[in-house]
Amino acid sequence: MRLDKTEISLGLVALACVLFGFVSPGWLIFLLTIALAKALVVQGVVMQMRSGLVSFGQGLFYCIGGYTVGMGGQFFGIHDAIAALSLGMFVAIVIAMLLGLLLTRYREIFFAMLSLAFSMILFGILVKSQELGSTDGFNVHDWTLFGWAPEAGAGSQHTVFTMTVVAGLIVAVLLHRYTKAGVGVICEAVRENEVRVEYLGLSPRWLLYGNYVAAAAVSALGGGLTALATGHVDPEMAYWTTSGEFVFIALLGGLGHVAAPFIAAIVFSFVRTYAIEFVPHTWQMILGFTLLAVIIFLPKGLWSLVSREKTGERA
Amino acid sequence: MKNNKSKFSKYLVSGVAALALAAGAAGSASAAENGKFRVGIVTFLSGPAAGPFGVPSANAAKVLVDELNKGNLPAPYDKVGINGLEIEAVVIDEAGGATKQVEEYRNLVQRQKVDAVIGYVSSGDCLAIAPVAEELKTFTIAYDCGTPRLFADNPDAAYMFRTGLDASVDNIGAVRYLAATRPDVTRLAGIQQNYSWGQDSWADFTAAASALMPEAEVVEEQFPKIYQGQYGAEISALSVKRPEVVHSSFWGGDMEALVLQANARGLLEDATGLLTCGEASFATYKDQAPNGMIIGARGPFGQFAPDNELNTWFEGVYQNAYDLEPVYPATKMAQAILGLKYAAENAGVGDKEIASAEQLAAAMKGATFESVSGTVEMARANGHQAMQGITYGEYHYEDGVASIKNAVSFAGECVTPPEGVAAADWIADGFPGAQCN
Repeated sequence: MRLDKTEISLGLVALACVLFGFVSPGWLIFLLTIALAKALVVQGVVMQMRSGLVSFGQGLFYCIGGYTVGMGGQFFGIHDAIAALSLGMFVAIVIAMLLGLLLTRYREIFFAMLSLAFSMILFGILVKSQELGSTDGFNVHDWTLFGWAPEAGAGSQHTVFTMTVVAGLIVAVLLHRYTKAGVGVICEAVRENEVRVEYLGLSPRWLLYGNYVAAAAVSALGGGLTALATGHVDPEMAYWTTSGEFVFIALLGGLGHVAAPFIAAIVFSFVRTYAIEFVPHTWQMILGFTLLAVIIFLPKGLWSLVSREKTGERA
Repeated sequence: MKNNKSKFSKYLVSGVAALALAAGAAGSASAAENGKFRVGIVTFLSGPAAGPFGVPSANAAKVLVDELNKGNLPAPYDKVGINGLEIEAVVIDEAGGATKQVEEYRNLVQRQKVDAVIGYVSSGDCLAIAPVAEELKTFTIAYDCGTPRLFADNPDAAYMFRTGLDASVDNIGAVRYLAATRPDVTRLAGIQQNYSWGQDSWADFTAAASALMPEAEVVEEQFPKIYQGQYGAEISALSVKRPEVVHSSFWGGDMEALVLQANARGLLEDATGLLTCGEASFATYKDQAPNGMIIGARGPFGQFAPDNELNTWFEGVYQNAYDLEPVYPATKMAQAILGLKYAAENAGVGDKEIASAEQLAAAMKGATFESVSGTVEMARANGHQAMQGITYGEYHYEDGVASIKNAVSFAGECVTPPEGVAAADWIADGFPGAQCN
């Protein structure tokens, strides 16, 4: 397996992150864990954006991932983190395979609204499930890693952080290869002109279907990691504002590079937490102005700061 | 040239990232140990719960902290600040869900280095914070959230306390009030928001009613979704069943909308409304609520707070600052702050010293302290949960003045399950051991 330059730098950054985890304060590790886990969900949104579909319901799979991890530990005795995360991805894949059959028939706003509708259906079901704590949700605890139980507090926080970084690295490398591969490039062709792709003898619908299912798995992984880190799941994970946040971060980062969602998620978390600290009454306004500024000055997202020159050359 | 520019952008991105990290590290360094008692105050500053709960609570915290820092409180709280140290309140918005609250809680403790946290209206947030408070070993007071699961799910809680009452008390108290003032009522109905709060409230109310008012039957129940705002269909469904009492755990804008619409449709003329959170909108009903509507304040708070020296003083400064009477969330916030002050000053540390979380928790556990709502006993959940009585009364509005009539109070032992007994079991067994006055 030959690694290209991007993959090597991703690996180095991941290693640096893990090492950084040993020297940084707890709140920063937690913030980065959540930001990176959310970035995985954003990767799912970006995957679909590249093929021209905006999912306003990615919270569906985020929530499925989180609840599977939580319920696995609470009701089915699955305490191993890797097993629980894999189960979450599996459940998300099965559900995405079913929903995808319907959803891939729609484009643009219709796809956006339908995906949103499905995540709100899950929200509704969870709110009515009193055994699952309704809107209050329930705690996720007592998880292990290959039979080893990290000590509560800093120990388990570091473990989740490292797991999230490793998961992020694996997903980033896979997605990087996917976007460079023929099938990934065709995704962009579908966005530009679906009819032409069809005339080339390819089926855009099945391409989008595969993309949708893969995005669901990646998002569920992000949800599961969030549940492990936070120690609590609630139906808010499937609520439309959560899905909106993922679209926000996707727009903030742009579609330019596989690293963009990670950077955007970290920037988003920092802007938000300091906005809450310094202007507790109007922090939403700061977030709004940030997005507005990005849309006006960097229409292709934060990544265009890095890639602006290269695109210029191509044009 | 082009290459240079691209490099510049790369430096810019890494520079911004480095700055952000540096700012984080610097923030934590400068905040630590500035010689003040730092308290994190978390409540809703935005969203639908801000108006009825969050803003009155934050206002109460602000005015109380200001007055404490001037040493203006009556005894036994006349010491300046907390234990002689100036209080610095760090106010945080509770909006945004449990994941974000866990993140912000960690930021408060680890970055802002607060000495204690007071907050949380939402039960989901309380449940998510409780294990984190234990993990970070931080003295934390839940001031408003009502879920009975807080200590049932965390039986070994050492650092988490709650100075507000459990939600089952609201509904047991409501049934006791009906049984005491309207023993002949036979037709009950309910309308609740379809989420944990509404579901739990209705379950407790109906169970308590079947134990205390065996003649009464539930003729209709409606569960519209939260923040629906329009209740025409539900009001019709309730009206045709001709209930004598309509119970609702609605709050905020939903509750005001329900009262307005149900009153206009005549439902509240034929049936008596019973609103467990009704006092929170006491100042805004004016003549839009019918006289005789039963309202509660989730304990002896707001309008139902007793006429003691502390409360008279608190109502005075709150009224001075905001031109409004404090509603129950404001009283509850004041109670939590006084609880913290009590714990900090009885933790066995010297003057102007900050007690550790362990010392604070030891002082608070099982404590009895004076508050704006009278005497508070931390008598449940191993001394972590407050036990107090509850009062209900009727809303009356005459000549432009709103008042409470026919208020009836029930002692804590009358409406609170004994130690170690779940509310549902206690109600089902017919309230064994209840001591009512």
